[in-house]
Amino acid sequence: MADIVLRDVEKYFGDNYIIRKLNLEIRHREFVVLLGPSGCGKTTTLRAIAGLEEIDTGDILIDGKPVQAMQAADRDIAFVFQLFALYPHLTAYENIAFPLRATNESRETVDRRVREAAKSLRIEHLLDKRPGALSGGDLQRVAIGRALVRRPKALLMDEPIGALDAKLREEMRTELKRLHIENEATTVYVTHDQVEAMSMADRIAIMNDGVLQQVGTPTEVYQHPENLFVAQFIGSPIMNVVNGAVRPGGGDTQLILGDNDAQLSFPQKLYPLIVEKKHAEDELAIGVRPEGVLVARQQTPGYVPVEAHIIEPLGPFDIVDLKFGAQMLRARTSSGYVARAGDVVWAKLDEAQTHFFSTRSGESLHIRL
Amino acid sequence: MAHVRLEKVTKKFGSHTALSKLDLEIRNSEFFVLLGPTGAGKTTTLRLIAGLESPNGGTISIDGTDVLNWSAAERDVALVFQYYSLYPHYTVRQNLEFPLKSKVRRMSQQEIDARIAKAAKTLRIEHLLERKTDRLSGGEMQRVSIGRAIVREPRVFLMDEPLSNLDAKLRELLRAELKDLQMKLGATFLYVTHDQVEAMSMGDKVGVLNQGRIIQVGTPQQIYNQPHDTFVATFVGSPAMNLMQANVAGGRAVVVPGKLEIPVDGAGGGRALRVSGAVTLGVRSEDIVVGANGTVVARVHGVENQGVEKVVTLRVDECLLKATVPARLELGIDTSVRFSFKQEKLQFFDAGSGINLFYGEEGKNG
Repeated sequence: MADIVLRDVEKYFGDNYIIRKLNLEIRHREFVVLLGPSGCGKTTTLRAIAGLEEIDTGDILIDGKPVQAMQAADRDIAFVFQLFALYPHLTAYENIAFPLRATNESRETVDRRVREAAKSLRIEHLLDKRPGALSGGDLQRVAIGRALVRRPKALLMDEPIGALDAKLREEMRTELKRLHIENEATTVYVTHDQVEAMSMADRIAIMNDGVLQQVGTPTEVYQHPENLFVAQFIGSPIMNVVNGAVRPGGGDTQLILGDNDAQLSFPQKLYPLIVEKKHAEDELAIGVRPEGVLVARQQTPGYVPVEAHIIEPLGPFDIVDLKFGAQMLRARTSSGYVARAGDVVWAKLDEAQTHFFSTRSGESLHIRL
Repeated sequence: MAHVRLEKVTKKFGSHTALSKLDLEIRNSEFFVLLGPTGAGKTTTLRLIAGLESPNGGTISIDGTDVLNWSAAERDVALVFQYYSLYPHYTVRQNLEFPLKSKVRRMSQQEIDARIAKAAKTLRIEHLLERKTDRLSGGEMQRVSIGRAIVREPRVFLMDEPLSNLDAKLRELLRAELKDLQMKLGATFLYVTHDQVEAMSMGDKVGVLNQGRIIQVGTPQQIYNQPHDTFVATFVGSPAMNLMQANVAGGRAVVVPGKLEIPVDGAGGGRALRVSGAVTLGVRSEDIVVGANGTVVARVHGVENQGVEKVVTLRVDECLLKATVPARLELGIDTSVRFSFKQEKLQFFDAGSGINLFYGEEGKNG
């Protein structure tokens, strides 16, 4: 059990930085997910914690002790890869027991720990099987069992369920999370899949181009993204982002989408809030998730007429493309609410779910209505 | 633009039957999605229509004409693959020109330029025309691949998982673009995928294929709300539909005696009253209501935050059920909660065959 601290960690290949000034604290027993697109530096970060990759500057501390000088084997960390590196000629039991064979543990202790690990992974009935006879999900369970049996201070996982099919991934997400709660091992988990990150993490650390973008709970990063990258990386369907401007109105603030494509009435306090931030009133990127675009079939005060374009029926709900002039915004409606493409409906943006970013920096202006 | 019909098409590879008496009809200007797991026979179907394979039995017709003896070129269909088949050292314009420069076509340069300009505008790649294709991003390359199909103005577009190599965000974007494109062109699309979200979001019609057989053809809503069997029920929708083995008697379904018993007297528009004995009950996660008024007690086995909502795994003895709840609901793992089912949304499947007991009856009174 351990806390892991990364302090000003940097890593270069020639002139290219892989990780830039990374500061991250992973608390004792926490489940932290490193999330980002391929090439963002998340795997390099994980490998640096494991001691499989040297860093150029900064410190990595485990339980308060710098570990750069330590060999990977001495860091007392277990690593689970996407590809289940198991010994094909050994049974599941022997694969799990393998890391303990090198220690001086008694036969009884080894047996007890293997069975404990197998029980929490629900693979007790598979212990006599060889890897060749196991399914993908079971193989990964055995690989995780082998990592857990050592009772490492921390468990590091690199896309451990990335190679499994969609249904099995869904199942394994819940299981891995339960396993974490039972084992209480500090866990760092790398993935490019935001659904995995949202559904498993205590906190998510989002990276892009080697730079940490935001660290927060799933709810925080979903509801209060710090910048446009996070806003559009988290959540599916993607958050709508439209360039726009604000103008003071009589009794309200006029929110203008695009090149005067639509004017929406927002609370009066919005305009002074933006002026207060010394931010240019026409350099706004306006973000709103599909569930923040409210749709009505009848004319409703505060709503503007829009034309429905493509309707994607996803089962429990529909995603409807709405034309606010030349700007297309996607809305989430109940199934069948908008009957067909070409229909005119009424829409507004839910002010509590509307985000304001700077078009220059991409950073959030931290305005909450 | 064309109407494609397959009748009793069988295709064997050695002793393996890839397709078995397949009937399929794709109407003019329709966006038809063939959905199924790996190995279902989707790509084989596409290749048969394209003329890259010949069937062992059955007929394939385009616009009412049997095309079995026609070569791939004569059928005038365009294929777009998962991997972009572009010439890397040529510009986008040269790549788009190539299919038009064939001697058979004898197309004037003026006509070629006009078609390329039109396709480039439709796909929003006008600014890329003079760029070499190895300098393009994945999404741009796939747009150019589609452009190569568009310029030919084929009778049918055949697409084999064209988006599966792209990242999630780009896939979402191109999904909408492809649907938009198909509507604008008014073209006939046959689109093959294993991704149910793609199928649901793009298809006018979805055909679900499994082990070389068509299981069900319908609109996305029909496939989702009235699945033919447990295969379709669990393949379409995420999270997958919950299935429970139950015993029905006297308008009650017993899943876990004393702990998970569900009244079904109002389910299926009253049809469930006809049911008795062992059945497989199906319920979608959004049709489970978690709240203090629930009649069933469960433990919270897992909670997945999905931003707009949460998916909770509920446990009653060994029975695990997924429920969709509002994001603001706080549920601790291993705490106790109550839930109930939207009775009218329960689905009944034969415990043996998995076939929907009321398939084809929906829409008729009740």
